[in-house]
Amino acid sequence: MNSRIGLIAANTFREAVRDRVLYNLIAFALLMSGASILVGQISIDIERLVVVNLGLTAVSLFGIVIAIFIGIGLVSKEIDRRTLYTVLSRPVRRWEFIVGKFVGLAGTLVVNTFFMAIGVFGALLYVAHHFQASDKWLLVALYFIVLQFLIITSLALLFSSFSSPLMSAVFAFSMFVVGTFAEDLRGFAGMATGVARWLATGAAYLVPNFSALNVISSVAHEQPVSGHLMLYNTAYALIYTTMAICGAVLIFERRNLK
Amino acid sequence: MKPSQKTTVIATTVLLLCMAASVLLLFRIDRLRSNATLEEVLYISSPKALKRMSLGYDGLLADIYWTRAVQYFGAKHHAGAKSYNLLAPLLQITTTLDPHLIVAYQYGGNFLAPEPPNGSGMPQAAVDLVKYGIKHNPEDWRLYYQLGFIYYMELHDYQHAAEAFARGAQVPGAHPFLRILAGQMADKSGNRQTARMMWATTFETTNDKSIKYNAAAHLRALQAEDEVTALETLVARYRETTGHPPASFAEMNAAEWLHGIPVDPLGHPYKLTPDGHVELAVPDDFPFVTRGLPPDFVPPEAPRVLPTD
Amino acid sequence: MAAIEILGLEKTYAVGFWRKRPKCALRPLHLTVEEGEIFGFLGPNGAGKTTTLKMLMGLVFPSGGTAKILGMKIGDPRMQAQIGFLPEQPYFYDYLTARELLEYFAGLSGVPAKERSSRAAEMLVRVGLKDAGDVQLRKFSKGMLQRVGIAQAILHQPKVVFFDEPMSGLDPMGRREVRDLMDQLRQEGRTVFFSTHILSDAEALCDRVAIINLGELQGVGAVADLTSSVENNVEIIWQGTSIPQSLRALGAECHVAGDTVRAIVREANQDAAIEALRRERARLISVVPVRTSLEDYFVQKLKPAEAAAGVRR
Repeated sequence: MNSRIGLIAANTFREAVRDRVLYNLIAFALLMSGASILVGQISIDIERLVVVNLGLTAVSLFGIVIAIFIGIGLVSKEIDRRTLYTVLSRPVRRWEFIVGKFVGLAGTLVVNTFFMAIGVFGALLYVAHHFQASDKWLLVALYFIVLQFLIITSLALLFSSFSSPLMSAVFAFSMFVVGTFAEDLRGFAGMATGVARWLATGAAYLVPNFSALNVISSVAHEQPVSGHLMLYNTAYALIYTTMAICGAVLIFERRNLK
Repeated sequence: MKPSQKTTVIATTVLLLCMAASVLLLFRIDRLRSNATLEEVLYISSPKALKRMSLGYDGLLADIYWTRAVQYFGAKHHAGAKSYNLLAPLLQITTTLDPHLIVAYQYGGNFLAPEPPNGSGMPQAAVDLVKYGIKHNPEDWRLYYQLGFIYYMELHDYQHAAEAFARGAQVPGAHPFLRILAGQMADKSGNRQTARMMWATTFETTNDKSIKYNAAAHLRALQAEDEVTALETLVARYRETTGHPPASFAEMNAAEWLHGIPVDPLGHPYKLTPDGHVELAVPDDFPFVTRGLPPDFVPPEAPRVLPTD
Repeated sequence: MAAIEILGLEKTYAVGFWRKRPKCALRPLHLTVEEGEIFGFLGPNGAGKTTTLKMLMGLVFPSGGTAKILGMKIGDPRMQAQIGFLPEQPYFYDYLTARELLEYFAGLSGVPAKERSSRAAEMLVRVGLKDAGDVQLRKFSKGMLQRVGIAQAILHQPKVVFFDEPMSGLDPMGRREVRDLMDQLRQEGRTVFFSTHILSDAEALCDRVAIINLGELQGVGAVADLTSSVENNVEIIWQGTSIPQSLRALGAECHVAGDTVRAIVREANQDAAIEALRRERARLISVVPVRTSLEDYFVQKLKPAEAAAGVRR
C-alpha cells in the first residue's frame, strides 16, 4: 500500500517538475526578490524591511498560484484526459491515488519554497551585508507559508475531485482570499444577528485560517513568533489538510468515471 | 462493485473529528493572536500607501479596519482596559481608506477623546481626525457638531467649540440644537443643561450602537445628578423648616413634601443618609455620575452591562 | 472456473439538467467467458460495450447486478493484479517516456522493483517500440500509443486481458500485429476479452462472440455456430450465357461473366437448381457452399432491433 502511494507521489512530483509553467513562476518569484532590492534603495533605512516584506509576499503569492494551478489538475485533468483509467484498473485503491497525488504536490511545493527562499535570503544578504539573529524568524514565516501551501493544495485537490479545472481554481482562490480575512470574518460573525450570524459563524470557522499563518509584517519588524503559535498553527494546518483530503477521498470514491 | 464501505466510514469519521479539532484550535489561536493582527496596524507607517496598495478595493478594506476598530475598543472596554493605543491608528487608517465613513469620525469623537477607561485619552488626535473628516465632507453638519463636542467636553475650549457649532449651524439641514449650543458656549461654567443637550443630540444623530449606548449612560448620569441635587436641596429646606433632618423619604412623603418614594433613572429608590446626603442605591450602574456617590465609593474595574434605553 | 462471469450487470444514467430522465446504457447482461478463450464483444458504436468494460474495471458503478473475474469481485485488488486493461483511444501521461510509463505501471501492478526495468524493456520489444523507449509520449503517434497501451496491459503477466477497440487507429500492418499478439496471448493460456465493431477481426480471432446493440445482448456463441444459424447459400457456376427460367423461379441471384454464369441459390434449393441445369444440359463447373459472414449475421440480428427501436423512438 505505501509503495503505491509513494509511486503515485513520485510520479506527481515528476509531472510537476517537467511542467514548464512551474519554472516561469519560480523565475517570477526570484525576479520579485531581485526587484525588492531596487525598491528598498529608495529609502536607506527600510531596505531590509522591503526585502523581507516583498520577498516573502512573493513567495507566498506565487506559491499559492502554483499550488492552485497544479493542484486543480490533479484529478480533473486525469479524468479529462482519461489517463486515470489504466491507473485505477490496477490494484490501486482510489484513496491511495488521492493521497499519493497530495504527497507529490506537497513535496513539489516544499522544494519550490526552498528555491524561492534562497532568492529572498540572497536579496537580504545583499542589502544587509550580513545576517542577524532576528533573521531566524524568517524561517518561521517561511514555514508558515509552507503550511498555507499544504492547506490550499488540499483544498484544490478537494475541488478537483468533483468540478472542472476552471471552477476548482476559482473556488480554491476564493478560499484563499476569504481565509486571509478569517479573523475578521469571525469578528463580524460575533457582531451579526439572526440568520446572518449563523451563516457567518459557520463560514468563519470552516474557512482556512490563513490570517494566523501570515506573520510576514511582524517578522519584517524583527518581532519573534511565539512557540505556542507555531505549535497550534502546525496542528491546525495538519488537521485542516486531513479534513480536506478526507472530503476528496469521500467524493472521489463515489465518482463514476464516464 | 460499490464504493468501499470501509473507506467511507473511516474517511467520514476522520473528517468529523478533524472538523471538531480545527474549531477548537481556532479558539486557541484566536486567543493567542487577539491583538496580533491589530498590532500590525502600528507597522503601517503610511495609510496612504495602504490605500494605493488596495488596488481600488479601499472601501472594503476600510470596512474591515472599521470592524477591527469597533471590535478592538469594545473588547478592551469590556475587559476594563486602561489604554487603547491602537484605536487612533485604526481610525486613521479607516478614514484614509474611506474618508466618507462618517461613523468613524463620530466614533473617534466619542471614544478617542475621553480619559481611560472610557476612551483613549487623546483629545487632540480626535480633533485632528474630525477636522480631516470635515475637510472631506464639508456639507455634513454632524462633523461640525462632533468637533464642537470634543472642544467642549474634553478640551473645555469654549471658543473653538462655539466656532464649530456656529459653522455647523450654517450647513443646510443642520440640527436646530447647533445654533442653541453655539449661543450657550458663552456660559463657560459648563452647566449640566448644555451637557444634556449635547448628549441628547449625540444620541439622536447616530446609528452606531456603542455611541448611542454611551450617550444614554451619560444622560442617565446627568439626570441622576440633577435629581440628587434637587433632592438634597429639598432635604436641606425640610431640615430648616422642621428643625430636624428627615429620617427617610417615607417621612417626607407622609408630610407631603414628596409624591411617592423618589427613584433613580433605573428605577431603584434613592437612599437618604443621616447627614442629609442623597445616594444612589447602585452607584456602579451609573458610570459617569459625579454626585450621589457614597464617600468610600471605588469605581468598578470593568464596566458592567447596563440596561439599554 | 470461468474467467469472467457477468451476472445481470446493468447501468442506467440520469440525463438532463433539470428534469433527470433515465437513460439505459446497458440492460441486465448475463455472460460467461471461459479461461483461455478469445472472446469478442461486438456491437455498433454506442451499444454499451465500453460501459460494460468500465463496470468490469470498477471505473463506473453498476446500477444493478454483479460480476466476477477469476472468481473474485470487481474492485478486489487481488483480482486487479491479475488483469490488464487497454481503454479505447488511450492517452497516457505525455510528460513520461514510454519506458518510464511502463516502469511506473509495473510498480503499481505489484511487479517487484528489481524486475521493473527489465520487464519494461521486454514489453517495448514485444510491441515493436524498441527504439522509442526513451521518447516522451507526447511525441508518439496514435499507432505508437496503441502499442504502449497494449504493453501496459500485459506487462504484469495478467491472466485476463481486456481490450476496448484495440485495432482503432492502426494501419493494416499494425492490426495484423495486434491480432498475432492476441493469438500469442491465447497460446500462453491467457483469456482475452475485447470489444470491437470490426467484424472481420472478430471472425478471424475469436472463439466465441457476443453481440450487443442498444444496451441489449442480441446473441452469444461460437462464430461458426452463429453463422451457421443463418441460411446458407450455395454458389453454382456453369458454362453458358443464358439463365434458365426455372433457375430464376427459384429466386437465384445470377451473374453472367464472359461465357460463365454464376448463380447463388439457397442451400435448400440446391438440388432443384442442379436438376434444372441438367435439364438444360448446362456444363457445371463448380458447386460450392458460400459461408455466411459474421457481418451477415450481425446485420440480420441488428435489423429487427433497429427497426423496433425506430418505432419506439
